[in-house]
Amino acid sequence: MDVTLAITWLRAVADSVAADADELTKLDSAIGDGDHGVNLRRGFTAVTALLDGTEFTGVGDVFVRTGGTLISKVGGASGPLYGSAFRALGKALPPGPVVTLPDLAGGLRAGLDAVSALGGAIPGDKTIVDAYRPALAAFEEAVIGGAALPEAAAGAARAAGDGARATISLTARKGRASYLGERSAGHQDPGATSTWLIFQALADVTAP
Amino acid sequence: MKKFINDPNDVVAEALAGLAAAHPELRVDPAERYVARSDAPHAGKVALVSGGGSGHEPLHGGFVGAGMLDAACPGEVFTSPVPDQILAATKAVDGGAGVVHVVKNYTGDVMNFKMAAELAADEGVTVETVLVDDDIAVQDSTWTAGRRGTGATLLVEKIAGALAEEGGKLGEVAAIGREVNAASASFAYALTAGTTPAAGRPGFDLPDDEIEVGVGIHGEPGRRREKLRPARELVRSALDAILEAKPIDSGDRVIVLVNGLGGTPLIELYLVYGEVATVLAERGVEISRRLVGNYVTSLDMAGLSITVTRVTDEMLRLFDAPVRTPGLRWGA
Repeated sequence: MDVTLAITWLRAVADSVAADADELTKLDSAIGDGDHGVNLRRGFTAVTALLDGTEFTGVGDVFVRTGGTLISKVGGASGPLYGSAFRALGKALPPGPVVTLPDLAGGLRAGLDAVSALGGAIPGDKTIVDAYRPALAAFEEAVIGGAALPEAAAGAARAAGDGARATISLTARKGRASYLGERSAGHQDPGATSTWLIFQALADVTAP
Repeated sequence: MKKFINDPNDVVAEALAGLAAAHPELRVDPAERYVARSDAPHAGKVALVSGGGSGHEPLHGGFVGAGMLDAACPGEVFTSPVPDQILAATKAVDGGAGVVHVVKNYTGDVMNFKMAAELAADEGVTVETVLVDDDIAVQDSTWTAGRRGTGATLLVEKIAGALAEEGGKLGEVAAIGREVNAASASFAYALTAGTTPAAGRPGFDLPDDEIEVGVGIHGEPGRRREKLRPARELVRSALDAILEAKPIDSGDRVIVLVNGLGGTPLIELYLVYGEVATVLAERGVEISRRLVGNYVTSLDMAGLSITVTRVTDEMLRLFDAPVRTPGLRWGA
């Protein structure tokens, strides 16, 4: 992945978040406070402005600054969680304008570790982790198997989608949805859904 | 949605501009998004900073002033503030004696305040955090985010703020804040959902004959739904839960807060207070002080919360101390 592709990915995330903001907000209204789409759109609008006006020193730099922007613009739980994930991803990458596929896999793992450390969620809690973890597993497996980025990204997106849909039956144990207890079951988790959007955007921009 | 707004995206900024215009004793920083006492910082005084999503007015901006908060950081509607904002507010009011962050136990608030406290420490400002988690409607276990912070936030800010005003040290101010929280329990009902300006529609739909039981202050639904019952029965259920969750016994003295969630008229809040007074009298609990009104709201949600705090002499003395803020004002 080079700087241009990293920027293309983040722009695609911004477009996707803008297009699906209402859907994310609807999911959040069912079990949270109904602002997930609005908040992420505000954050990625700021990320787009960052991408427009910045000379980046490397791929890691793109993600570190994206993370910082999300932390300082989004608020709520999704700001620190996604912000920390992108910052950790960027920090884990070696410096320079191009990173290898194994580097990227390592960075994505650092991102998941950051989300888990900050939010304290484990698989099955009905959170971002339920989409992120299977996506990462699929990505790593593809990379180890010698796949190229398009194939790894497509596999990660599929796994994230499956993970997000699987949150429908779960009872939330973290975040605001946990206040609903058993009533949270039957609704897809908005955080897992936006994680799916992020991996889907990577699959879309790398698709042959 | 019908609201007195210009643009849904500008609601918080424009409300803060209006707050500044209405209250010259407050300073509003529109760029950093905080509200502070215009006379802050006070050298040697412990400062209190709180914040959270907007939409809970007068909480928190309305509780900035002498005897209570030194600064508040309002986030977007129902969204916690960001670390930069909290850090800016913290630095703006630090008088060198440290800063107490009063944080409601919501995941987003906890994370953003934690990040801000770490940033403040890097810049040499000592921060103690008081976590408010009084909502006993939430089942608490090691597998959940824990109980929400609701009405008791007001009492924590008032009582800890009074101790800071009279020269309490950082550890003492934080300690009394934690004691007030530990002695408090709250329970809420909603008749309708609030409407977030950015979403433009109510957070949830509720049939005419049903209520949400154990609702929070962000438009998020409660733990369960029930048929609407007479206020007398709802109050009894809420107080049964409160008195079971917290050790409040015959002979204890309490402060009672009957809090409107934004869309409930005072006539109903007073009616409910009357029922609360009856039940607590039956149980031998003495109501030493009471507040009835809209203090910790949820936009235009019709509903109310009941908070009961078991108090000591010291808490009562600090509660009675002068306070001069837009939302709470006496003795000064």
